[in-house]
Amino acid sequence: MTEDLERHRPVLLRFAMLQLRNRAQAEDAVQEALIAAIQGAKNFAGKSSVRTWLVGILKHKIVDHIRRSRREEPLDLPDAETSLEDFDVLYREDGHYASMPAEWGDPEAALSQRKFFETLERCLEGLPKNAARVFMLREVMGMETAEICKELAITATNCWVLLYRARMSLRACLEKRWFAIGA
Amino acid sequence: MKLKLTCKEAGRLISEGLDRKLSLPQRAALRLHLAICDACTRINAQFRFLRRAASFYPGPERDDGGS
Repeated sequence: MTEDLERHRPVLLRFAMLQLRNRAQAEDAVQEALIAAIQGAKNFAGKSSVRTWLVGILKHKIVDHIRRSRREEPLDLPDAETSLEDFDVLYREDGHYASMPAEWGDPEAALSQRKFFETLERCLEGLPKNAARVFMLREVMGMETAEICKELAITATNCWVLLYRARMSLRACLEKRWFAIGA
Repeated sequence: MKLKLTCKEAGRLISEGLDRKLSLPQRAALRLHLAICDACTRINAQFRFLRRAASFYPGPERDDGGS
């Protein structure tokens, strides 16, 4: 069983890195998740894949880490991430898009392709730290916005701005790196 | 809340609508804008797709069960 779990370490580490952006913390979280998995192996019902089960455990460990590190040092949230001035270039003076968002065709097909998720990872890595963190908590971990604000001790408005920043950046990145090249 | 939104304002509301319940006037203004704006209709669909994609992350496993 241990060996079987060990095989998943790289994907777990990437998952944790996207969220924590800190190698040592990510390795800790993965280690804790694997230990918890070994200890709880008898609880694994086999209803989902081993990896899904491990990712589920890892999510809890990541939230623990975020909680802990927030207590040690408050979130560093530079104005550049919460002001949306840099988005002005996306729009013309009349408020319309400077360049039309592309038609993505049938994006659902991408969900069965591993390469698509690798591209998504690259795009998430390209986000500013806080935008990436809030987006992951909201959309990958499925936390409610109020819960995220509380954990990170940021205002609801900042939370929404970070999510908006993340979504706009991710859509632009995926458009460029995936949908535009007809992948 | 004014009734006529710019695409910039609509984009923020589309995003916020995924994270909180918008006010009635906000929802009305957004619906009106989406009815006439192809760009924001795409943004709306793409933000929703991002949510789906993120919920599937880390994506399909390799056939050998590795990752």
